[in-house]
Amino acid sequence: MNYAAVSLTSREEIDVHRFSWPVSIGIPLLAIFLQVYLPLRLPFLAIFDLPLLVTIFFAVARRRPVPGMVTGALIGTVQDAWTSLPIGVNGIAKTLIGFLASSLGVKLDVDNPGSRFLMTFTFFMVHRVIYVVIVLGLVGGNEPFSWEHSLVAALANALLAVVLFAGLDKFKQRM
Amino acid sequence: MENFFSRYKNPLALMAILFIQVVALATQVKRPESSTGAAASGGTRLIRVWTVTAISPFERALVSTGSFIRRNFYNYIDLHNVRKQNQQLQEQVAQLKLERVRLQTDADQARRLRALLGFTQHYVGQLLPAQVIGTSGAEMSHMIQVDKGSTSGIRVDMPVITPDGVVGKVKDVFPYVSMVLLISDRDSGAGVILENSRLQSVLRGSPRGELRLSDIMSDEDVAPGEAVVTSGGDGIFPKGLPVGTVSRVSPDHNNQPFLAVTVKPAADLSRLEEVLIVTKVSQDGSSKGTDAGAVRAADILSERLPSVPKPEDTKKSSAAKTSSASTHPAPTTASHSGAATPARPATAGEPKVAPNALKPGETNLKKTGVPAAATAGAFSSRASSRPLPSQPKAAAPAAERELGTGTTPAQGSAPAQKITNKPLVKKSTVPANQKPAASPVKKATPHATPGASPSAGAQPAQPGAAGGPPR
Repeated sequence: MNYAAVSLTSREEIDVHRFSWPVSIGIPLLAIFLQVYLPLRLPFLAIFDLPLLVTIFFAVARRRPVPGMVTGALIGTVQDAWTSLPIGVNGIAKTLIGFLASSLGVKLDVDNPGSRFLMTFTFFMVHRVIYVVIVLGLVGGNEPFSWEHSLVAALANALLAVVLFAGLDKFKQRM
Repeated sequence: MENFFSRYKNPLALMAILFIQVVALATQVKRPESSTGAAASGGTRLIRVWTVTAISPFERALVSTGSFIRRNFYNYIDLHNVRKQNQQLQEQVAQLKLERVRLQTDADQARRLRALLGFTQHYVGQLLPAQVIGTSGAEMSHMIQVDKGSTSGIRVDMPVITPDGVVGKVKDVFPYVSMVLLISDRDSGAGVILENSRLQSVLRGSPRGELRLSDIMSDEDVAPGEAVVTSGGDGIFPKGLPVGTVSRVSPDHNNQPFLAVTVKPAADLSRLEEVLIVTKVSQDGSSKGTDAGAVRAADILSERLPSVPKPEDTKKSSAAKTSSASTHPAPTTASHSGAATPARPATAGEPKVAPNALKPGETNLKKTGVPAAATAGAFSSRASSRPLPSQPKAAAPAAERELGTGTTPAQGSAPAQKITNKPLVKKSTVPANQKPAASPVKKATPHATPGASPSAGAQPAQPGAAGGPPR
C-alpha cells in the first residue's frame, strides 16, 4: 500500500490500484475496436471517445504519472493508426491527458461519480484543445473548433464515463 | 545528478515521450508529397500494419457473423413472398430485356460518337465488391476499412464507389484489409464537373465531413440541385460517376471572388455496408480511339450514301464486298479487327458485320492520312440524326471506299471505289432533320432490331446519354 506525499484524503481514497496484464491490454484494445466498429452501424456514436475514457480511467486508478502517460501514448498511437491523420496526434494528446489524470488522481478523490463526471468533462475539453492545437500547429491542418459540439461531446463522454468507470472498477486489484 | 533524475522523473519522462512523438509526427508531415503518402513512411507504416492486423480479424469476424445472421433472417422472411416476387421479377426482367436492347443501341451510338470526337474516355472496367468492416472512429477523420486487401488485388488509389455514387479511394492496403479515404475527408480531392453548367472544379472534403467545390467564380450560374459527376481529370476516378448534388451555394466570404458550393454526396457515406472497388479502368485511349474513330466515320459515311441497297442490289453489293475484302491489304486486318471488336461489339440491334466488311474502310481512312477525329468532325452533325445501330452493313464497305477514293488517288484502283461520291455531295446538302428517318435503311436491313425504336434513332446524338459517362 502506497501513501502519497500530499494527502488531504482518506487512506482508502489514495489507494493505488493495478490491473492484470490481460485487462491492461484487452480493455484498451476493446475500446479501440468498439470505437472503430460501432460508428459503422450507429454513426452518432462517433461522438464518444472510448480510448480517451480508458486512458483517464487507467491513469487515475494507477495514480502514477509514468504508467499513465505511457498508457495514453500507446492508446493514442494505436488510435492514430486507424485515422487519416499522421501518427502522433492522438498519441501526444493522450500522453498529456494520461500525465494530468494520474497527477490529479494523487491529489483528489476520483472515485465518486460526481468527481468522475467533472474530471472527464474537463479532460475531454483539454484533450480537444490539445488535439486542435496539434493539428493546427504541427500538422498544418485547418481543424475547426466548435465550442457547442465540443461541449455536447464532453457532456456525453462524462456521462458515459460515470457508467463505464463503475464497470471497470471491478477489474481493479489493490497493490 | 542521480538526485536530479529521480526528482524530476515524471516531467523528464513526459518530455521524452512527447519528444519522440513530435519527431515521429514531423517525419510524417515533412514529406506529404511522397508517392504513397504519410501513412507509408517507415516506422509509422509498421504501426498501422500491426494495429490493423491485430484488430481487423475481430472486425471481420463480427461483421461476417452479423451479415450471416441478418442474411438468414431476411431469407426466412423473404420466403413468404418469394413466389409472388418471382413472378413480378420475371415480368420485370422481360421488360428490362427490351429496355436493354434499346439502351444498347443508344450506348453503341454514344460510343461511336464519342470516338468520333476523339475523346479519351475512361470506363469502369472491373469491380470488386467489398464489405465495410470499420471506420476511423474519429469524428475528424473520415475513413473506412474494407475486407479486401492486397491479396485480392487491391492497390493504392483505386476508386471506391457504390451504385449510388463515389465513395472515395484506397489509401492504405494491407494483406486482407484496405483503408479507404472517403471523399468527405479533409485530405481527399476529386476532379468533378457540374452536369448542367459544365463547370469543372475540385471536390474537397472538410473536417466536418462536408463536400465543397473549390474555385468557382461568383459570377457562375450554379444552382442547388445540380448534379455533380466526376470529370476524370484527376486520373483516379473514371469520368461520369455520380458524386452528388449541389445543396448550398453562397458567396465565400473568406475567398471573396469565389462561391462556397456545398455538395450533398450521392452515396450515404455514413452508412456504408458494401462498396465496389474499381480494380480496372478500361480506357479508350488515343490509339484505340483513332481506330474506333476511323471505323465510326466510315459507318456514318456509309449511312449517307445513296447506294443503300435495293433488294436486287443487295446481292451485288455482297458480292462486291466479298471481292473487295479479299483484295485488301492484309496488314490492316490484324491491327484493326482487334481494336474495333471490343470497342463496339455486335448486338442484337445491330446486324453483325464480318470483319472483312470493316477492314476496307479502315484501310482507306488510314491510308488517306485523315485523322479520325477530323473526319468525324466533318460528319458528326449529320451523324447525330440517324439511328446508327440499324444501318445496313452492306453499305459500309462502299462508304469506306468512297472516302478513300475521294482523298487518295492511290486507292482509285479498288474495284468498289467506282461507286461515285456524287450522291454523297447531294446528301450532304440535305439537312439532317429533313431526312426520312432512316426508312430505307430499315427496310433494307435484314436483321432489323425490334428494340431500335424510331424515336430513339431520330433523337439528336447525346454522347454519354447512355452506355457511358454523361457529357
